This record gives sequence, structure tokens and C-alpha cells, in this order.
Amino acid sequence: MSDTASGVPASLGPIESAPATAGRPAEGPWRAGLRKLRQDRTAMASVIVLVLIVLACCAAPLYASRLSQTDPFQSNLDGQITIGANTLDVMQADTAGLGLGVTPIGPTWHAQYLLGADNQGRDVAARMLYGGRNSLIISAASTVVCLVLAAVVGIVAGFAGGLTDTILARLLDVLWAFPIYLLAISLSIVLISKGLQIGPINIASDSLILPILIIGIVYVPYVARPIRGQVLSLTRSDFVLAARCLGVPAGRILLRDILPNVTTTIIVFAPLMMALNMLTESALSFLSIGVQPPGASWGTIIQDGEDLLYTRPMVAIAPGLAIVITVLALNFLGDGVRDAFDPRAKLRVRKD
Amino acid sequence: MTLRQRLTTSAFALLTATGLGALGASTAQVGAAQAADAHTGGTLKLVSAAAAGTLDPQINYTAQFWQIFYVTNDGLVEFRKSAGSSSNDVVADLATEIPKPQDGGKTYVFTLRKGIKFSTGKEVTPEDVVASFQRLFKISNPNAGSWYNVIAGSDACIKTPATCTLAGGVVADDAANTVTFHLTAPDSEFFYKLATPFGSILPADTPSKDVGTVPTAATGPYMVTSYDPQKSMVIKRNPYFKVWSKDAQPAGYVDEMDYTFGTRAEDAITAIENGQQDWMFDTPPADRLGEMSSKYASQIHINPLFAIFYAPMNVNIAPFNNKDARLAVNYALNRRSAVGIYGGPRLAVPNCQVLPPGFPGYQAYCPYTKNPGTKWSAPDMVKAKELMKKSGQIGQKVTVIADDQNVDPALGTYLVSVLNELGFKATSKVISANIQFTYIQNTKNNVQISITQWYQDYPAASDFLNVLLSCGAFHPGSDASVNIAGYCSKPLDAMINKNLITAVTDLPAANKEWAKIDHAATDGAPWVTMFTPKQLDFVSKNVKNFTFSDQFKMILSLAYVQ
Repeated sequence: MSDTASGVPASLGPIESAPATAGRPAEGPWRAGLRKLRQDRTAMASVIVLVLIVLACCAAPLYASRLSQTDPFQSNLDGQITIGANTLDVMQADTAGLGLGVTPIGPTWHAQYLLGADNQGRDVAARMLYGGRNSLIISAASTVVCLVLAAVVGIVAGFAGGLTDTILARLLDVLWAFPIYLLAISLSIVLISKGLQIGPINIASDSLILPILIIGIVYVPYVARPIRGQVLSLTRSDFVLAARCLGVPAGRILLRDILPNVTTTIIVFAPLMMALNMLTESALSFLSIGVQPPGASWGTIIQDGEDLLYTRPMVAIAPGLAIVITVLALNFLGDGVRDAFDPRAKLRVRKD
Repeated sequence: MTLRQRLTTSAFALLTATGLGALGASTAQVGAAQAADAHTGGTLKLVSAAAAGTLDPQINYTAQFWQIFYVTNDGLVEFRKSAGSSSNDVVADLATEIPKPQDGGKTYVFTLRKGIKFSTGKEVTPEDVVASFQRLFKISNPNAGSWYNVIAGSDACIKTPATCTLAGGVVADDAANTVTFHLTAPDSEFFYKLATPFGSILPADTPSKDVGTVPTAATGPYMVTSYDPQKSMVIKRNPYFKVWSKDAQPAGYVDEMDYTFGTRAEDAITAIENGQQDWMFDTPPADRLGEMSSKYASQIHINPLFAIFYAPMNVNIAPFNNKDARLAVNYALNRRSAVGIYGGPRLAVPNCQVLPPGFPGYQAYCPYTKNPGTKWSAPDMVKAKELMKKSGQIGQKVTVIADDQNVDPALGTYLVSVLNELGFKATSKVISANIQFTYIQNTKNNVQISITQWYQDYPAASDFLNVLLSCGAFHPGSDASVNIAGYCSKPLDAMINKNLITAVTDLPAANKEWAKIDHAATDGAPWVTMFTPKQLDFVSKNVKNFTFSDQFKMILSLAYVQ
């Protein structure tokens, strides 16, 4: 039975909270974890970077309407912009040699077309911000889907044991056996072509819900298996056995003793899975089976830039850099969260 | 096509005249001279991103491999292997001459040249000709039911291909060394159909199934000696070939052609620049055009194509079952922007109508522009928006289906932008080029609008107007319904049918009438024609004597390497 706010059984559980200092109440594991996280400079720098990215992406409509003054979803192949005293074509006909080809305007380093235009004459910077919104939404939402499903499957399998565990564990094995990108691509090709209809639920093929579900589902085994292992271990632990001996109902043991102990694992997984999901979303969108036009994500913008690598590399480099920075920040944050919340890490720190 | 069965004969006079004219030159004894030519020898290195499927010339329907078949195989007649407009002329090939029509244009007697051998060493006989046309039906040639159904006995062959005999349709006479074709009706395009690779003459013992990766016996100057679709194809000289008609089948300069598959266009360009490859099949990516045209201008060849890029609109389902909505899209589309996506004005020409510029029957016409007339100048958004308002289709959801190759995805994205500007709620769906063309044809897929192209099979206006817009070309529920818009106008059909008959007797008059039909079809707005592309061939500095044919593009046998 738990006697802390977090549900960790202080007297019975394997996780001991920090020793009480004179005149101050004992610090709970959550508070201790957050304190440790705040002390991790790399993790905090990552949080700042992520917050800035999120804020910038949220400001996309403002940027497009006030600064860029373009619609990033409408082609502007015949448009012109004025920079200083010069009026420039957005799509510039090549005049050298035989005069073949039309090249989008490059980075102007001004408010309009800051990073140049893509092959539709659209402002890359504005699309980057809008695309970032989709990339972040998909990676965050698919992380939630993945973690929730993984937690349910892992806890039920580990706690119920027996036939239930066998069936669920084998299902996870089957899912695990597929190469992850092949599975994601296969699901995407099937679902993106016609959308998803299950009874009254109809998800359109261009809905963001599809990539969210696909990415969320394919990574479930990666999280569910460690959770199942942890739950198996917890169910054999002294405090759970004691609770059972005391006649505590199984549901209550699950909620009060097991779940709080796997929560830290889930939290540790969150930023790491979000980074992984962002890469997967980018890959699917790059292959035209993620975010569908005219929507954008960083992956689709890289795809747009693929045909401009020789003339306008910025179109592919800019979203690529955005992905690298975001994924790095998420990974650094993930490391910090693991160090702060992972019980083993805590013990390790204490020994040190 | 059933409509073509009503034709009468004498338009063949023109074809015959051009063919006979060619024949004079064709009999020149050039083989020996050419063999001694200083340019003979070497290896021409070809490259493409992918192979084009089967090696069966009677099945494969791709421009990529037709270019090969034109130098490995022969029909009774052939398009002249020359540059410019004369490449559209039909000349005698395995036949000694283009036969004069008999029986009101329903009978043709071809006399075979003697001494022509397959690459197996076996002589070409009338029996081989009969067997080849039977085989067309036995292997379900893609156009057996539309091109060759005019041959007597074809009905039975279409019903039961396995037992096809074409009895009474194609008759061999070994003693006279002739083959007689009996048609159910005159067909002004019959020689054109015989001149394509589908009309290739193969040995009678060629299996009645797709040969796949196994080369068929060749009659031309070259033969395929090995083929791995994942890797490469090797084409070498046919040891039994001797020139019988320079116009139909010149000897060829290079001793060997090595075709490499699996090289991306980006890499192919670099390889050609470095002299590691000689020619690429694929369209150069837009971001390399500037570099190519400034540094390697002398290695670029640009030639007009008889082709159109267009967006067929399904006239049978919303929102494009409303003509005003279709007209609105036509007025709104900025063809200069579409040309820009393709590579700019040097590589494409804005077009509003069905027929491409320079094609038989073409008369410039563009109603969908500011200042309507003969030339597109600018989109008319005011008129387009008025039409949209009138149509009542504002807010309708539209999905544009594009394939994933070359400029098609970009054109799809642009079209979505135009549709959204008009007030539709448009999105695009990009699907594999392997399936897109059949997907958009099938009415079961409810495709509203798509991006596609049409390249001529042969130089006749009916190859666009009749094939793409007649009621007979619309087959609901089928993957083979090339009238993608589902456009069926009885008045237009009547004009087409009447003109197919006129074409037999008076081709110039027919071409004038095709122009009117073209304009009428354009006014019906079943699709948005965007532009007519040009062919850009990029060759290494080793390649000389580049010769461009309207039919074969680069004539492989006429190029030599230094």
C-alpha cells in the first residue's frame, strides 16, 4: 500500500526517497527528479531550444501574414517581390548558356523569402514554421499514442501473466519482427491512399491522425516490452506480495503500486520516443506517405528541396537542420530525464 | 477501333507515294560502304533509372524500349529513319514496296524481300508474317482489339486468342513470297499500325506468351544479347543483317550498345558530363539544367515532341460534371507557370488545345486566355471566378491525382493551388507512376482530376482526338479507358466518324476537318491542356551524328562514338 503522493510505497518499495533533512519533510521522488533535471544544464538548454522552436512554429500564421506576406500553401510561380529598390521574380529564368530551366529565388535574408523559395515559388521560411507545427504535432501525439498503448499492453501482460501475457507478448514479438520503417511505409501506403473507415469513424487520407496512429502503433513494442519486464519484476516484489497478502484488490495494486513505478519509465521514454517519431514522420513525409499536400512538414519540405539540391540547397538544408536540432534537443532532454527519474540512475548517483 | 471500320481506301495514295519515294533510296547498296565507314565501331553507353519491362516487341508499349525495338526488329513497313518531318513517312521494310490498295482499300498484298534472315540464321518467310499477326492476338497485345481488329478474322481471335488463326485475314503464299491482308473495312492508319514495334515480324516458332527477359530473334542491325531488368542490357550487331533499305533500317555505326539501369537521372548527368555514359533516357532534373546549358551546351539537343501534358477532368462526377467549373479551371490555369515547372520556355510551349503544335490537323487555337485567339497570353482569373460563381461548385472537395515521376508531382501541387484559388477545397494525392495511368482511367476510383501526358503513337490527329475523346474510348469500370475524362459528345463523335472516312480519300481535307474537331473538343473543356513538351537529349561529347526522329527520338543506329 502506498503512503506517498506518488504512490511509491516508502516502507516496502525498492525506491527509497531522499533522506529527510532536519526540520524539512522528506523530498518525494518527483520533486527530487525535477530538482535533478533543473540542475542538468544540457537538459535545461534543450528545454529552452524546444520551447523556442514550439513558439516559433506557433507564430507561423503571424510570420506568414505580417513578415513574409505570402500564403505558404499557394503556388507563386509568376510572382515578384520587392527588396529595397529591386523587383525580383520569385521564379527566375536562367539566362546563361541555352537559357534552360527556372530557378526559385535564393535566401534573401530579408523578411520576405528569408530562406528563399521552393519549386512552387512558396516562401520556405513560412513553410518551415507551418511544417514544424505538423512535425511537432505528429511526433508529440504519436508519442502519446505509443506510450499509452505500450503502457496498457505492458502492464496488462506483465500483471495478468499466464495466457494473457503469452498472447500479448507474442503479438508484440510479431510486431517487433517487422522492420520498423517497412511496417510504417506499408501501413501508410494502404491508409494514405483511401483513408481509414472503421464503422462510423471515417478518417480522411490527408488527416494528420493517420500518420499519428501509424507511427504511434509501430513503436509500441519498443516501449511495451521493457514496461512488461518491469511489471513482471514488480509483481514479484515484496511490497506487491505484501499488498496481495493483505487482500488489496488487484485493480488497486495496479493503480497504486505498479503504475506509479512504471510512470518514471514512461516519462523517460517520452522525449526519446518523440525524437524517434519525428524522424519517422520526416521519413514518411519525404516518401509522400506522411503529411499530404498542400500541408507541409519538415519531411515534405526536404522532399521539395530534393529537386533543388544543386541550385537551392537551402530548401532541403533548412528543414534538415530543424529536424537535427529538435531531435538533438529531445535526445539531450531524454538523457536528462532518464538521469533524473530513472531509479537505477538515482542509485548510481547516490553511490557516487 | 470500331469507328475506323467504316473507312474507305484511297488516302493511302499519300502514304504510298511517300513510301515509294523512300523506296528508291532504300535500295541503295549502302551496307558495304557504311561498314567501311571510319565512324563504325565502338560502344554506345546508354543509361536510365529503370528498365521498361518485357523484351517482347509485341507487348511492350513504352517509348523507352520502342527506341530499342526500332533498331532490332522490323515490320513489313517502317517509319523512315531520318531527322525532321520525313521521319513520319512510312517506307517499305521487310516488304519490297508499300502495296497499292485493292478491293476498295480492304486488301493489301505485301511481297517479302528475299534473303532477309533473323538473328538465328533462319530466313524470314510469309509463314512468319502470318504467325506474327496471330501472335499479336494470342499474347493479348495491348492494342489488338483497337488497332488490329480491322483484320478479317480478328473477332474470333479476340474471343479466343489461344486458337487464333486470322483465317481469311492474313494469308501467306510461299510460292509468290507474298502475304495478303484482308480488312473488314478500309483503315487510313493501317500502315502506321504496321510500322510500330507491335507489327514486328518474329519467327513462327516464337512462343505464344510474353518472352519477358529472353530476347526475341531480331531482323534489324542489332540484337539484344543479354537483359537483366535490374542491371543492364547488352545490344550487339546482328551477324545476319545486311542493309536492304537505308531509309527503313540503316546498318548502324556502333558495334555495341550497353544500356545500364538503376542510375538516377542526377547521377546519369554527372556520368555523361564525365564521359562515362553517352546518353540518358530520363528527363534531366530541373536543378541541373542551368549547369548543363551553360557548361555543356554543345552536348544538348532540343527537339519538339508530338505530346501534351494535360489534366483530364471527370465530366461524369462532381464538380467537373459542371461545364462552367471546367471552363473556370481552363481560364485560371497559368500555362506559363506550368511551362516553368517543366523547365522554362525553351523546353515547353503553352497549349490550350488537344493537338500539339505541328501535328497533322493542328491549327493554333486558344480560347482560355486573356485576349482569346491563337496564342495563350495570360490567365483570365476574373472570368474564371465569374464562371466558378455561376457553377455553384465553390467549396467542393477535389483531389488531384498525380504520379511520382519527373515534374508530375509539382504540376499536381500547382493545380491544387489553382483549384484552391478558384474556391475548391483541393488536395493532391501522389501515387506510383507504375499504377497511376491505369488508376485514373478506371471510373471505379472516382478520380475527379489528374495529371497525365499523351505522346503520339503515330502521326495522325485521330491518335489524339479519336483515341482520347471519342465515346468508344470510354469504358466505365475498366483500367483501359483512355478517355480519362469520360467525355462522350455525340456531335463530336459524329464529326470524328465522318472525318475518319474523309481521311481515307482526302487527307488534306481531313486534316482541315480535324482542326475543327480539335477546336470543338477544346471548347467542350473535358480537360485542361497545359503545354506541349520538347525533348531534351543530353549526350556525351563522344557522341556524334545525333539524329532526332519524331517517331524514335534519338535514332540509336545513326549515332556514332569517337
